[in-house]
Amino acid sequence: MLHIVNKSPQERSTLESCLRVARPGSALLLIEDAVYAATRGNAAAEKVREAAQALKVYALAPDLEARGMKDAAMSEVTLVDYGGFVDLVAGHAVVQSWL
Amino acid sequence: MMTDEIPGDEPAGPPGGKVKKFMFVNRKAPYGTIYALEGLEVVLISAAFSQDVSMVFLDDGVYELVKGQQTKGIEIKNFSPTYRALDGYDVEKLYVERESLDARGLTEANLIVPVQVLSAMEMGELMQQQDVIIGF
Repeated sequence: MLHIVNKSPQERSTLESCLRVARPGSALLLIEDAVYAATRGNAAAEKVREAAQALKVYALAPDLEARGMKDAAMSEVTLVDYGGFVDLVAGHAVVQSWL
Repeated sequence: MMTDEIPGDEPAGPPGGKVKKFMFVNRKAPYGTIYALEGLEVVLISAAFSQDVSMVFLDDGVYELVKGQQTKGIEIKNFSPTYRALDGYDVEKLYVERESLDARGLTEANLIVPVQVLSAMEMGELMQQQDVIIGF
């Protein structure tokens, strides 16, 4: 299944909840303010790096670019554009948005 | 004693002429919510009233000042250059908390404007010296 998180890890606990529940082999897509979780040196970076061993972790590139953080993206995270976002949603039977 | 006030070219001053210390505390990332943009607009308005304005960036608010924002892809206006224009509105006191930068892997070199970096303790002391604090 695909998990989508859209809130900053230092503003809300949705990423934490998602990572607690998500089963190995699932996909995680970080969008909007959640892309900060995919940047080097942020407080959630270790958790994301650890999660990336069991989950396929993606981040929406236009959201990183908008925030000036694209160069800071962690190597464990795969960047996708809006087309990639659509492919991820279409490619997974179940999608959970952690609002 | 009340007198009739005639609107003139002078910037509207505070009643009684006392300049108050206003602090605007920015704690939200720039594009996920409207808070950062609205906060910036309120600061620009308050500057027109000749107050002693400080802007503080704490927590995710420090992300507002990150250099190199390119918002074409998300089709939202990039308002980060406006922080560089604050100077022209006599808003020169920009403070960033060191702990907030550290927790986000950022340094002063990542920021779009010159700021004063303060510790949480120094920030708390600065807050106590204000007349009015408004948070976003």
